[in-house]
Amino acid sequence: MIELQNVSKSYADVQVLEGLNTSVAEGEFITMVGASGCGKSTFLKMLLGTEVPSGGRLLLDGNPVANEPGPDRGIVFQQYSVFPHMSVLDNVIAACAFHRPGITGRLFGPAKKAARDKALELLERVGLQDASKRYPHMLSGGMKQRLAIAQALINRPRILLLDEPFGALDPGIRADMHELVLQLWRENSLTVFMVTHDLREGFYLGTRVWVFDKLRHDPQAPGAYGATITYDLSLGKTSQEVYEKIHRDLIATSRRREGTDALQPAPVADIDLHTGSNDD
Amino acid sequence: MKRLINQAPGRVGLVLLGLAPFVLILVVYMAGSHARLAENPKDKLLPSFSQMGEAMHRMAVEPSKRTGKIVFWQDTASSLKRLGMGVLIAALSGLLLGMLTGAIPLVGASVAPLLTVVSLVPPLALLPILFIVFGLGEVSKVALIAIGITPFIARDMLQRTREIPGEQLVKAQTLGANSAQIIFRVILPQLLPRLTESVRLALGAAWLFLISAEAIASTDGLGYRIFLVRRYMSMDVILPYVAWITLLAFVIDYSLRHANKRLFPWYVPGGAA
Repeated sequence: MIELQNVSKSYADVQVLEGLNTSVAEGEFITMVGASGCGKSTFLKMLLGTEVPSGGRLLLDGNPVANEPGPDRGIVFQQYSVFPHMSVLDNVIAACAFHRPGITGRLFGPAKKAARDKALELLERVGLQDASKRYPHMLSGGMKQRLAIAQALINRPRILLLDEPFGALDPGIRADMHELVLQLWRENSLTVFMVTHDLREGFYLGTRVWVFDKLRHDPQAPGAYGATITYDLSLGKTSQEVYEKIHRDLIATSRRREGTDALQPAPVADIDLHTGSNDD
Repeated sequence: MKRLINQAPGRVGLVLLGLAPFVLILVVYMAGSHARLAENPKDKLLPSFSQMGEAMHRMAVEPSKRTGKIVFWQDTASSLKRLGMGVLIAALSGLLLGMLTGAIPLVGASVAPLLTVVSLVPPLALLPILFIVFGLGEVSKVALIAIGITPFIARDMLQRTREIPGEQLVKAQTLGANSAQIIFRVILPQLLPRLTESVRLALGAAWLFLISAEAIASTDGLGYRIFLVRRYMSMDVILPYVAWITLLAFVIDYSLRHANKRLFPWYVPGGAA
């Protein structure tokens, strides 16, 4: 479904990504991990359409990915991805309205009634039925993300892009969100791309993990070489040894970058590398 | 003993400390007025409160012998009408200009530089031009207010539009929204409470332009009146008028602030969800 042919991205004199070659089939759940600045988010933006590759080709069903966001690719950001001036229910109804032509972005009559029913059903699915009249500023971080997910899914996109969606949530809430995302992924036969800082989260959720890292590093010119996918792992076949190697590599890259928001590694000892975690 | 910067007054203290300067000013004024009037009962500079009361009775209760209208209310109505129209025109055009400039890069590219330059023109310097073009009637006064504060509101709206997180705009696009839907459904509603705040800030300037225009060419209005009676040193009229203008300004500001809370319960000033 998606094909990467030698995709690269650079800004002025900084090479961010280089030499991405792989392909993705419908229904895969791909998690992207790596240190800050290794281009995971940039790659997600290319899929989204807010960035275009500087070199190579990024194909969706054989055609280049559109250079602006569109309804076939849903997105959930870490924050700001719901509309603060609409109630929870209106946020989802507005998503239905945006799906139709028109200039007001509002629905009337039977169309509104239908959208309302559909929205309530989906809100119940994500556990927000009791909060439907509230405004986003009255919601907790986890509830906001549930809403953002419901909103992204109501128009049934084929691809769901998640940009560190749970990065700001408490651990307990995160676990709930993981279950929700996995269920929705299965129910809606989505193809998911998720960026995360958390290696463990990446291994737990994905059917396939991409590790973004720099293979070459020039201390005199940190921007000279870009990152690429250094590991492309289909889960279920990964050994503890490989996991620990990735963990060490990422920490090393983070430290080289010095200071910025470093990777938050889970203590290696805690990891229960489960195999095929998504089928249970 | 806590540091000075860590000491805060309690509830009663807060009220007392807040009232103290007002009481102090009143007391000083009354003492000054009393002392001057004791020396010269015809003194006009610091009239007593009873003198002001008499003057206001003449202005606000008894109809004018010349026109048959009650001067004070006539002045108030004329001034508020000019202020209201000027501010309304400025708010609408500022909103439209700022929003489109901020939301549509192609419009922004040609309007933003112009807006920056226009906002640097001192509006009062344009008053003679307005008088020449529109004559001395109502239009030039309303135009001065509108022209005076539109650039401020437009630039503020431009800024507020740019402050709307890009994530929201991208999200709307991934839901299939077109440009018009994004402007009407995502940007405009979020600008409205910010417009009210912008208008509140601009009202001070609006009053300034109103009173200036009235002082220079008018036949009624609050500004016209205080500049007219200045010729007779009628402090007994000027002071109550100034107090009345202040009260009006306060009431308008207060109602706008509360209207904002009422109409936009989702709005958290300075925050974003």
